[in-house]
Amino acid sequence: MASRSVEIIVGLFVALGLAALFVLAMKVSNLSALQQGGGYELTAYFSNVGGLKVRSAVSASGVTVGRVVDISYDDRTYNAKVTLEIRDRYDQFPIDTSASIYTSGLLGEQYISLAPGAESEYLKDGGQIRHTQSAVVLEQLIGQFLYSKGQGN
Amino acid sequence: MALLEPVVRLGRGGLGFFQRLGRAHLFALEVVRAMGATLVRPRLVIEQMYSVGVLTFVITVVAGLFVGMVLGLQGYYTLVDFGAEDSLGVLVALSLVRELGPVVAALLFAGRAGSALTAEIGLMKATEQLSALEMMAVDPFRRVIGPRFLAGFLSMPLLAALFSAVGIGGGYFVAVGLLGVDAGAFWSQMHSSVDFYDDIMNGVIKSLVFGAVVTWIALFEGYDCVPTSEGVSRATTRTVVHASLAVLGLDFVLTALMFGE
Repeated sequence: MASRSVEIIVGLFVALGLAALFVLAMKVSNLSALQQGGGYELTAYFSNVGGLKVRSAVSASGVTVGRVVDISYDDRTYNAKVTLEIRDRYDQFPIDTSASIYTSGLLGEQYISLAPGAESEYLKDGGQIRHTQSAVVLEQLIGQFLYSKGQGN
Repeated sequence: MALLEPVVRLGRGGLGFFQRLGRAHLFALEVVRAMGATLVRPRLVIEQMYSVGVLTFVITVVAGLFVGMVLGLQGYYTLVDFGAEDSLGVLVALSLVRELGPVVAALLFAGRAGSALTAEIGLMKATEQLSALEMMAVDPFRRVIGPRFLAGFLSMPLLAALFSAVGIGGGYFVAVGLLGVDAGAFWSQMHSSVDFYDDIMNGVIKSLVFGAVVTWIALFEGYDCVPTSEGVSRATTRTVVHASLAVLGLDFVLTALMFGE
């Protein structure tokens, strides 16, 4: 009888431990978000990606619709090639959709914002976003500001 | 000759150290060899999981709760200066899952379960129970040490996961309940920044390594102790000190291997 109660308590302990692991996986990490169906891939070329990282968010109207899955440098076009994975349920982005890199908040992470165009054809898997706007580099902005100040006087 | 005495002592100490290290690895080899026989009799492992895992459960959960609450409190005071208190969930979750969960749980495990294992095995040796087992042609590695090792190895990741989960609960209670951080931001930022494979699975791997090392050190210290009451008490102390240092040192190595870009 004593060994049976030991077994029950150990069983409860193991179940609790596994439940904690499950909570960590589902509630805390992005595992559940990753498994919400597959996605299709789009590419976009930027002249500067700034602080964009793999796994950065891709959003449209502020809603996350996908993730950045790859960033590489294309030495033929001298641009950064960014591969985006968009969730399958958001499959109606017109082919003249534009992509811009913005920063969330003053110190926040950088993300890609998609602004849908007006064409009737939609982007498909492997498609390329033609209209892109690069990340704002603060030093460039200050340089331009000083330059225009100097010209004005 | 008196001049050479310090050199002699140094040499003797060094040789003793390497002999112990060698014995410890032979011991580990024996434990691995006994694993097959241990897996055949899971009842012995379950009994040991009770004394190794379940009895460490309460201290782990209470410690996790308070560590999470302190993290919430300290993180809030630091982050609120930058207006970034919404990131508190990320801070609490990442610190717990990556570092504090496995490490603090392993330190508690070394103090609570490791010392008990050493004392138990050491007393078995001092009272010649291990020799008696051998006299009856029962391999002590299969009957006594193997089940204890497997129980420690399996209990550690469960304890670390419980520690992290309860800690995040404690952090949530302080952040949202007491300090008024937005609950939605707390969870959603945590959700988007914590990666299952990079963060949680690496934490689990860490705790598996810690579980194996702490149990190994504890069992070896007991098995290798001088069979007197003083020897057992020294071995118990050594278990806690060596296991804690091993956990902290290994944690640095594992972190450097896992989280470097």
